Amino acid sequence: MSTFFFYVMVIITAVMLVYLYRVVRGPTVFDRVLGLNGISTKAIILIVLIGTLFERVDMFVDISTGYAILNLVGALAITKFLEQRGETSGEERS
Amino acid sequence: MNWLTVALIVLGLFFLVVGSIGMLRLPDVFTRSHALSLTDSLGGLFVLGGLAVHHGFSASFFKILLVLGLVYLLNPVVAHATIRAAYRAGLRPGKGEQDDL
Repeated sequence: MSTFFFYVMVIITAVMLVYLYRVVRGPTVFDRVLGLNGISTKAIILIVLIGTLFERVDMFVDISTGYAILNLVGALAITKFLEQRGETSGEERS
Repeated sequence: MNWLTVALIVLGLFFLVVGSIGMLRLPDVFTRSHALSLTDSLGGLFVLGGLAVHHGFSASFFKILLVLGLVYLLNPVVAHATIRAAYRAGLRPGKGEQDDL
């Protein structure tokens, strides 16, 4: 069972790398926000998996809850800021 | 080896991988948000549900269900806020920014 959870963690990390590609190469800033949201959702699942692997899930689930609340507040703050910044903020400046 | 846990987690991993393919291949931010929020909700439901089944009927079960509820609160709210900000910033659905060929 432990090796099964290990391989599940490897697959979820590979999925997170795909989202990291979207964060780095997203054409607009909203793609980056979406990619960050996807990465943090996978990180929540990954923390619970790590707790299962270490047999300490009652501690790691609390960390995961805090991470979820932090991600919610942070993403809402970023999108509110981008929304109030006006009309010209859609395109990437490089 | 609990077969229900394995089945639920493998099903959830299928949805997560499909969501990542959609995030990689779809043309603009609206379709990408569609791929992300739907598959993340369903994949998180199956993977965290499989872990909750693995831990049995204990305090960890309800804590994992609490995390699942937070994921279900977080995911649609952030997708909606991002798409509203993109729409108000002048992006429109239907014409993708990137051309694959």
